[in-house]
Amino acid sequence: MALIAFGLIAAVVILSAMFVIVARNPVHSVLWLILAFFSSAGLLVLIGAEFLAMLLVVVYVGAVAVLFLFVVMMLDVDFVELKQGTLRYWPFALLVGIIFLGELALVWAASGQLTFDSYDPSPGAATNAEAIGGVMYTQYLLLFQLAGVILLVAMIGAIVLTLRHRPHVKRQDVGHQTARRRGDAYELKDPTPGQGI
Amino acid sequence: MELGILHFLIVSAALFTIGVVGIFVNRKNVIVILMALELILLSVNLNLVAFSVFTGTIQGQVFAMLVLTVAAAEAAVGLAILVVYFRNRRDISVENVDLMKG
Repeated sequence: MALIAFGLIAAVVILSAMFVIVARNPVHSVLWLILAFFSSAGLLVLIGAEFLAMLLVVVYVGAVAVLFLFVVMMLDVDFVELKQGTLRYWPFALLVGIIFLGELALVWAASGQLTFDSYDPSPGAATNAEAIGGVMYTQYLLLFQLAGVILLVAMIGAIVLTLRHRPHVKRQDVGHQTARRRGDAYELKDPTPGQGI
Repeated sequence: MELGILHFLIVSAALFTIGVVGIFVNRKNVIVILMALELILLSVNLNLVAFSVFTGTIQGQVFAMLVLTVAAAEAAVGLAILVVYFRNRRDISVENVDLMKG
């Protein structure tokens, strides 16, 4: 039963991954990517890694794919023109792909029998999330904080890259405002009668 | 036949190869190249989690989370670079990126 489910979901994963790279319209590519991520989460649920599966849905489908969708729709690019002439890349790409698959098959053939008899998605705990939480905040605390630093760097990098100051746009400048004195703002004149300033 | 690690390795290898082929096929379109990179990282994650579960150790799943973090960060920075590049050139063709060469 699990094998049938695995076969179906794996077929969906691989087919949608193929459509990601051959789709004409990048919006369709993003949608196929979402399907690939979602069904990969299904694969992980099948072997009991529920926490990672939910994380995959939240992070990939909820954040990364939507980010892609935003950018694809934001950029005003003629995608049909971009797609032209890509046919000549196919032979080389297929050659590289076949070499990759051959190498992976070679590794598999050389590694002998791959059987493990200690199947356990949540070692030492009742649930998968509990097993991960048990080591993540103790044994792998530094790794966890490193992940936070990576996200911070990415956030700052993205802001610095895309921030731009257009000329002729009025912005609030607090330093400028508080440095302003009464003398800068107005001036007292004492015009003599009949003469004006 | 039971669901074993080999099934996951096959799916993962196929996903990885599709990702690599995708990088070569969509040489002009940076957005699809980034998506192919995401596919490659997804296949790595599948491998890590499969080995973690089938060997009864939790480390692989913790490391898969780190890979997930790096994938999200890479997508954010990559798309930011893409937006800046488009703003400067009104075009996202990769063939002109070597203009940045000194």
